[in-house]
Amino acid sequence: MRQMNLIFFLGVIAVLSSCQPNPGCTKLPILGNRDIQGQDTIYPTIPDFAFMDQDSQVITNATFQDRNYVVDFFFISCPTICPKVKKQMLRVYQHFEQRPELAFLSHTIDVRHDTIPRLKAYADGLGVDGNRWHFVTGMEDSIYGIAGSYFSVAQKDPDSPGGFDHSGRLILVDRHRHVRSFCDGTDPESVDQFILDIECLLNE
Amino acid sequence: MSNQVRIMSILVALAACSQPYQQGKMLYESACANCHMTDGSGLAGVIPPLASSDFLVTNRDLLPCIVRHGLEGPITVNGQRYDQPMLAVEGINDVELANILNYVQSQWGDPEIFYSPDELRRLLDHCTPGPVHLDQ
Repeated sequence: MRQMNLIFFLGVIAVLSSCQPNPGCTKLPILGNRDIQGQDTIYPTIPDFAFMDQDSQVITNATFQDRNYVVDFFFISCPTICPKVKKQMLRVYQHFEQRPELAFLSHTIDVRHDTIPRLKAYADGLGVDGNRWHFVTGMEDSIYGIAGSYFSVAQKDPDSPGGFDHSGRLILVDRHRHVRSFCDGTDPESVDQFILDIECLLNE
Repeated sequence: MSNQVRIMSILVALAACSQPYQQGKMLYESACANCHMTDGSGLAGVIPPLASSDFLVTNRDLLPCIVRHGLEGPITVNGQRYDQPMLAVEGINDVELANILNYVQSQWGDPEIFYSPDELRRLLDHCTPGPVHLDQ
């Protein structure tokens, strides 16, 4: 009888562990400085934004109200890190191609040259679905201003190659506007971990 | 020293020298790999690949002008159309340019293609002013 009980409990443990969506996942933290007000903890959120994408659609926070999304900052004529970062972003996109609950948002920081038709040609060149991956332009100050909320840098800098200074991070945002993870988009190993983080978030 | 040891030493030395374009590789990685990638794979339909690219062989004589002066307008590589301007690679002399092209051809084009300094100068003399345009 005792042996039967042992087998039963082992069976229960096996079933329970197989129910875990991803056994390697721990809940991703909400990143940024939190504010404690009485009993409440206020987490930083992505502020309101409104941009235009490669199909002239207006893209706002509401576009992502039911989806998690991955963010980067780039410009088409960038002679430095952008193509390598974009290649990694494309790898993430292809990895999650069958997961519509994940979207992608690429901000150009060269709003003068990266017009909507150019963004459209760029997106078409990558061969991605325009409803999943939005390449946006907008008011220069709005784009530079929102970069900080994504723990990124995007600004004009005449001394930088191509005339802009920006970080090569990929940033993961959940549907509640919270930043949950980021990685160095120039480092494929960092992106490997980022992909695991996204899988954990999608399974939350 | 036995013959076996001598032969082994020669083989080890040959293996160490198997990449004859060390400078070309270094220059490629600093000047070209940001866009064409370290492995020459390019970026999907945006930046053309160099690896297994028919363009390297069919446009062999134009490559020095493209690297020196840049490229504008559409091109076709392995049947895929690309229309993203390429910036000129600045700050390299003719020998360094030859080393980059010889490295690229040896890695991904036709290893039999070799640009001697004399040939390179002759090809550069025929460049038209400004970025190269291919009528396609």
